[in-house]
Amino acid sequence: MTHPSMLRRITDFANRANPYPVYEELRKTPVLHEEDGPFVISSYYDIEALLHDPRISSDAVNLVDPGEDEVSGPEATGLPPSFIRLDPPEHDRLRRIANSSFGPPHRPRRIENMRGELAEIVSGLIDGLGDAREIDLVDEVAYPFPVTVICRLLGVPREDEPRFRAWVDPIVAGLDPDTRTSADSERTAQEARLQLGMYLNGLVEQRAKEPRDDMLSDLVNSQGPDGAMTTMEVLSTSVLLLIAGHETTVNLITNGMLTLLRHPEYLRRLREDPGLSPKIVEELLRYEPPVQLLPQRTCITDIEVRGVTIPKGSRIWLALAAGNRDPERFQDPDRFDPDRGDLQHLGFGSGIHSCFGAPLARLEAQIALSELARRLENPRLVEDPPPYRQNAVLRGPRHLKIAFDGLR
Amino acid sequence: MSADHLGQLRREGRIVIVGASLAGLRAAETLRAEGFAGELTLIGDEPYEPYDRPPLSKSVLLGKASPHRTDLPHRREIDAKWRLGVAATGLDLSAKRVRLADGDEVEYDRLLIATGVRARPWFKEDEARLDGVCLLRTRDDADDLYQRLKAGPRRVFIIGAGFAGSEVASACREMGIPVTVAERAGAPLVGALGGVIGAVATGLQTENGVDLRTHVTVTGLEGDATGRVRAVHLSDESVVEADVVVVSLGSMRNTEWLNGSGLGAGPRGIACDAGCRAFDFRGIVTDDVFVAGDVARSPHALFGYQFLSLEHWGNAVAQAQTAAHNMICDGADRRPHLWMPAFWSSMFGVNIKSVGVPPMGEQIMITQGSLAERRFVGVYGYKGRIIAAVSFDNTRWLEFYQRQIERGAPFPVEFPTVDRRPEGRPVDADFPDPSLPTHGPMITLSGYSPADQQLVFHPARH
Ligand SMILES: Cc1cc2nc3c(=O)[nH]c(=O)nc-3n(C[C@H](O)[C@H](O)[C@H](O)COP(=O)(O)OP(=O)(O)OC[C@H]3O[C@@H](n4cnc5c(N)ncnc54)[C@H](O)[C@@H]3O)c2cc1C
Ligand code: HEM
Repeated sequence: MTHPSMLRRITDFANRANPYPVYEELRKTPVLHEEDGPFVISSYYDIEALLHDPRISSDAVNLVDPGEDEVSGPEATGLPPSFIRLDPPEHDRLRRIANSSFGPPHRPRRIENMRGELAEIVSGLIDGLGDAREIDLVDEVAYPFPVTVICRLLGVPREDEPRFRAWVDPIVAGLDPDTRTSADSERTAQEARLQLGMYLNGLVEQRAKEPRDDMLSDLVNSQGPDGAMTTMEVLSTSVLLLIAGHETTVNLITNGMLTLLRHPEYLRRLREDPGLSPKIVEELLRYEPPVQLLPQRTCITDIEVRGVTIPKGSRIWLALAAGNRDPERFQDPDRFDPDRGDLQHLGFGSGIHSCFGAPLARLEAQIALSELARRLENPRLVEDPPPYRQNAVLRGPRHLKIAFDGLR
Repeated sequence: MSADHLGQLRREGRIVIVGASLAGLRAAETLRAEGFAGELTLIGDEPYEPYDRPPLSKSVLLGKASPHRTDLPHRREIDAKWRLGVAATGLDLSAKRVRLADGDEVEYDRLLIATGVRARPWFKEDEARLDGVCLLRTRDDADDLYQRLKAGPRRVFIIGAGFAGSEVASACREMGIPVTVAERAGAPLVGALGGVIGAVATGLQTENGVDLRTHVTVTGLEGDATGRVRAVHLSDESVVEADVVVVSLGSMRNTEWLNGSGLGAGPRGIACDAGCRAFDFRGIVTDDVFVAGDVARSPHALFGYQFLSLEHWGNAVAQAQTAAHNMICDGADRRPHLWMPAFWSSMFGVNIKSVGVPPMGEQIMITQGSLAERRFVGVYGYKGRIIAAVSFDNTRWLEFYQRQIERGAPFPVEFPTVDRRPEGRPVDADFPDPSLPTHGPMITLSGYSPADQQLVFHPARH
């Protein structure tokens, strides 16, 4: 039998700084089910298989027991679910429309063309550190950078950040299984999503009249072979992009710097050769994935995983971070090794919901980490481990205090 | 073979690879990666280092990639003797020697045959020689065809609507060139995917402005006074004017050079066992001649041990790696080639992928999406089992179906799936009669006998 409190140990804040021993134990029961909790899947190959399994659904209507913030029927007041919580064909249609403004084949160079702009933003933030010799990397670089980028990409005024911050926080908290304890917190998340949608609606209305070169304009004026998005679809897509576009990248950059400071030989190598950054970022997505769990899947029929029957409508958690360190898949999984031959991971998920923003996230993290490595002289961790955010799903340090001798 | 012998082979043996393309190169790399330190010779009749073919009918024709820029990336240093631009013309099994067109002979301890296939030419030789009549298999073919398309022909005529012909038609339409496609069967791609999917391919072509003629054959090509092709005559008596004709009638195995060698080689390829060892013409397996890639014909456990010939990029790579591995080890260390057939193509903006062996399918059911939207997954059933699956713009699901095929999961598919539509019921997959060759099915099932039935043993001419 497993330890009865396995689930609690995953979400327990005390394990946030180093959840990996818990995951190691979790993998001993590759399909974990405690009382009326979710079915937790933790082996690499099982997760990978379920992410490609057409009997698995991301849509809360297929849950026997959905949370109040997850459904939006006629009785619900919130925005309709965005495509991360929809199944095909709706998912595919909305993702295609969104993609026609973001990536190939319609906009193959949109992200690559932002390279120079991204480097400038990072340089600006590092220059802004001035004479400081100790900083909080989160507040000074890792957070403001992706926020600025996603704001520019979408066309959201950067100076509105304090406003939308107030809505983003409860939405993100709503993703955390630990805070999802009361109908109250679910309702707060629901309410915040609606508020954020209403804020974005103001911008969207402007763009409908006066389109600019940004994604909000493209979304509201979309008219490709898939037709147009409804206004509500535009809003829930924008909410998704705004949040997914920075709440994860901040952790990738912070986890990245933390990991490099703990493995100084790679920090040195990165400083000498920025060409190493793609490998470092891929290995980070395996070793310290910003999205640790996907807690929102279910199955539309009884399925069997490793001899365990998961009944239709059950909640399924896919423990990406546990799969990423599965010794069945990776040699020496607990070692940070950007030189490993097979740099693969579940950090961006897999299958049809695999991260939409991956090309952007990769580029942001590569640029931020190589610039930090290049410019900070003799950087050191002030506090190890640093203090973490509450969230067990979107996991990362709340602050990362770094001391250094100056800027190069 | 004793451990001593094997050690010696690995240290100082001589391995010869005939066919310096995808399978040949990947095999050479595997040999070195697995520690083969002896002498390695690659013989190829094309004058080029190994290059990749799939782009030749896709990006190259659109001018998005130069035909001379599709070199296959080398995964590692292989330190080989390259004999490029010279064909192998004969094989002496007992003396372990390959004869070359320039008169040279090369001795081997182990031989890998990876001579692939070539495009089946137009059957009337004088017509095939007309200026403007093209094939598409090699880099030079692609270069030539690209130049002709760029020159803005009034009309391109494509004979055969298999994958290759359909991809060329797609490129022409993307360039705004009028194109006619003639197909003997009832629809494009039927040989590979059956009539249900063929109907979708028909819609795809006609909506993209292809003048598609089915149930017809081409009876003749007509040239003008200067020897340029000017018109195509069809079995329904119609005549279509065109100044480029692309002959896309499938392929022929490059095995003629083995005539008289005593190897089990013939028009259907070279039969080999699951370990990639070639059979001789009596059906007895050899132990020093191996086969990989398009030219091979090998039995597959998942498909009733029938011999399969696969003209699939992925198969060439996997089989080459297995063959190379088996060439330099023994007994229990050897591996079977159990590759799940998988093929991809892209045309008219749609990504098509299949796994398994669709032509074995008796029935098909659309488990996800819809034929009308041209975004779907279709599953093929054979004797109550899932035998294959095909997707149009739905590639990411195929991994799941591949596992179903591997498990021999029951057909019809009994579980619900996301995006199941009312049309998702099993229907006849509608493959044409296999005795009527269609154009390039890319997977050929050829029964249970390692000895090719069509093989006639020609005594060697010395
Ligand atoms: C236009 C085109 C598009 C394609 N698209 C796809 C696709 O989308 N997806 C897919 O899965 N597959 C595709 N394929 C098929 C894929 O390219 C083949 O499966 C692959 O090339 C097989 O590799 P191979 O090394 O076995 O054979 P080949 O590539 O045919 O190589 C054999 C080599 O041996 C040489 N040779 C032959 N006889 C002799 C001799 N006697 N002596 C010396 N050398 C000799 C040949 O000249 C050739 O260079 C495509 C093929 C073509 C032509
Ligand atoms: C390091 C940064 C990032 C990580 C680790 C990450 C991770 C993930 C993961 C694991 C998923 C899969 C969710 C699921 O299967 O349910 C996902 C989906 C998604 N991500 Fe990211 N992401 C990152 C950055 C971004 C950025 C920058 C954007 C936007 C520009 C973005 C937009 C999305 C969207 C829209 C989806 C939903 C895709 C779908 O449902 O089809 N992400 N991401």
